[in-house]
Amino acid sequence: MKEFVASIRKEFLHIFRDKRTILIVMIMPVVQIILFGFAISTEVNEVRVAVCGDLSDPQVDKIVDRISHNKYLTVNMMISDPEEIEGLFRRNMADVAVCFERNFDKELRSSGKATVHITGDGSDPNTARIITGYVTGVIQEIQTEITASLTGGQQVSMSPVVQLMYNPAMKSSYNFVPGVMGLILMLICSMMTAVSIVKEKETGTLELLLVSPVRPQWIILSKMMPYLALSAVNFASILLLSHFVMEVPVNGSLLLLSAVALVFVVASLAIGLLISVISSTQKVALMISGMGLTMPTMIFSGIIFPCESMPEILQWFSDIIPAKWFIIMVKKIMIQGDGLGSIVKELSILTGMAAVFLAVSIKSFRTRLK
Amino acid sequence: MYSIEIDNISKSYGKTAAVRDISLKVETGEIFGLIGPDGAGKTTLFRIMTTLMMPDSGKGRICGLDMVKDYFMIRKKIGYMPGKFSLYQDLSVKENLEFFATLFGTTVEDSYQTIKEIYSQIEPFRDRRAGKLSGGMKQKLALCCALVHKPSVLFLDEPTTGVDAVSRKEFWNMLGRIRESGVTVFVSTPYMDEAALCDRLALIKEGSIIGTGTPSSLVKAYPHRMLSVKAGRMYPLLKKLRETPGVISCFSFGDSHHVAYDATRTDSRSIVEEAVRAGFPDCTAKEITPGIEDCFMQLSRKWTTQD
Repeated sequence: MKEFVASIRKEFLHIFRDKRTILIVMIMPVVQIILFGFAISTEVNEVRVAVCGDLSDPQVDKIVDRISHNKYLTVNMMISDPEEIEGLFRRNMADVAVCFERNFDKELRSSGKATVHITGDGSDPNTARIITGYVTGVIQEIQTEITASLTGGQQVSMSPVVQLMYNPAMKSSYNFVPGVMGLILMLICSMMTAVSIVKEKETGTLELLLVSPVRPQWIILSKMMPYLALSAVNFASILLLSHFVMEVPVNGSLLLLSAVALVFVVASLAIGLLISVISSTQKVALMISGMGLTMPTMIFSGIIFPCESMPEILQWFSDIIPAKWFIIMVKKIMIQGDGLGSIVKELSILTGMAAVFLAVSIKSFRTRLK
Repeated sequence: MYSIEIDNISKSYGKTAAVRDISLKVETGEIFGLIGPDGAGKTTLFRIMTTLMMPDSGKGRICGLDMVKDYFMIRKKIGYMPGKFSLYQDLSVKENLEFFATLFGTTVEDSYQTIKEIYSQIEPFRDRRAGKLSGGMKQKLALCCALVHKPSVLFLDEPTTGVDAVSRKEFWNMLGRIRESGVTVFVSTPYMDEAALCDRLALIKEGSIIGTGTPSSLVKAYPHRMLSVKAGRMYPLLKKLRETPGVISCFSFGDSHHVAYDATRTDSRSIVEEAVRAGFPDCTAKEITPGIEDCFMQLSRKWTTQD
């Protein structure tokens, strides 16, 4: 037991004496959360609307007024000709243009039909879709009112009211906080453990550890402990940041969330150990964890691209990425506030993975040199 | 009583044989030297004996324990100092020593007597990071770490490579005192001058043992007589001497050439006369006793021609 404690102490000393490691481990989560939170935001705020139409027309005036009162939209420009729209988009002076047909009110009253053109800036399709959606929503809402006032409330009309549950404001932080959490825990546990064991191979100290009467399992466990502790710190700092800076709620049980994170961390540590068994130099270990772990995790865990829109083969592939299951569970617990009952499947898959990886890696760790 | 007994040990990496059929016996309490050039298989043999590697074939006993079956028990009884400096560079002298002491289930205080003599020399620097020590001090620290659990057999793989001449001499003095405390020392070195300081030697070449014995018995077994020859133009002289009849071999040795000759066919005077005739008027020769290196050269030539 004393040997074990001494090894853990030694491992902590390594980490604290290497300024770069400690910088990566402690600063990276904060930077990533803030980066994802503010730079890579998919939220749409302060949309600039250019309006083309006759403001003296009562209906047009009413609609424009409504648009400018919307929280997310501001009318910043009146134009006289739809031809000008392209120039506005090119100079980045507007995000969306709304064009009313001539004699809008008259047409509406006489034929009951009038046209509004909504032109979005398709150079950024995601944002354009969200913006045109907002504008359409406003117009639809007003349309029901107009219909009611014109026909005296007789005509029945359906008005769909779209609401996003769990995330009414469509905050992207709801998606990336679980994602970044998965990514960071994976990186720290796998990459750092792999590198720290391979480093001992490189410097030859592993030879000395192996000829000592300490069982290799203890050596391995002692190497994992500091990273387990660091992960706990990171887990806490990500949660605090996301709660106080990004305003992402923890709707479910914090205890369950921590338990899930622990299972994921164990799986990641075991993967790190596996990498260290395969690689002979720190460079190779970094390559494997970078190309073989971080990239697939980023792409296939659903942080950036939704898994559902991938070809089927890639969807199968994404199933073997532990981070995917972890992120699904975090979303369920944090955002949807689900309990243990709804994550049984994901949790058992992740636990199974952790057990297999751990067994394989401890088994393949040699008590001798190759 | 033998501390190390190995029998027909072989090990190859892929198709390259690193160690071929090596058998050795090392008595308890002696300094046994494994002498050979780089790449001869010394480190592989060390790794096999320290249970870090399995031999492909052959068996052995360290401290009476089976090398393969009782590897775990052996690890408690041996000290190993690898060829490359293998301590934690970012830990201080004291931290390194304490870590290895704990790893072997002891404390620095408990074994202070064992390491006192060596440790006292580096103790003033105990808070310095190991990576910032000089070569000689690193080596002392490594030796302390290998000795801290009072091993009965000490394996030192090229301990003096890259260490200055004074520190090397000091180091061998320390080994002498370690032996006096009853520890068996198995040491490898590429330096032939250190060979004479061992109790017994094994000469290794390309994975095979080409000769064993005490330094004096090896020298005694040297079959030829030897001259140290000098002249103004050394390199042409070397070529000339090799062509001289009765000369078996001639190697450059620092500032002179060591010439082995067959005493039944020629003698010192006729070799010098031959050289003078060939245009080396300042040629002088002196009869010398061969050194370990000469023995190594001769045995290795014999081994190569036999093979």
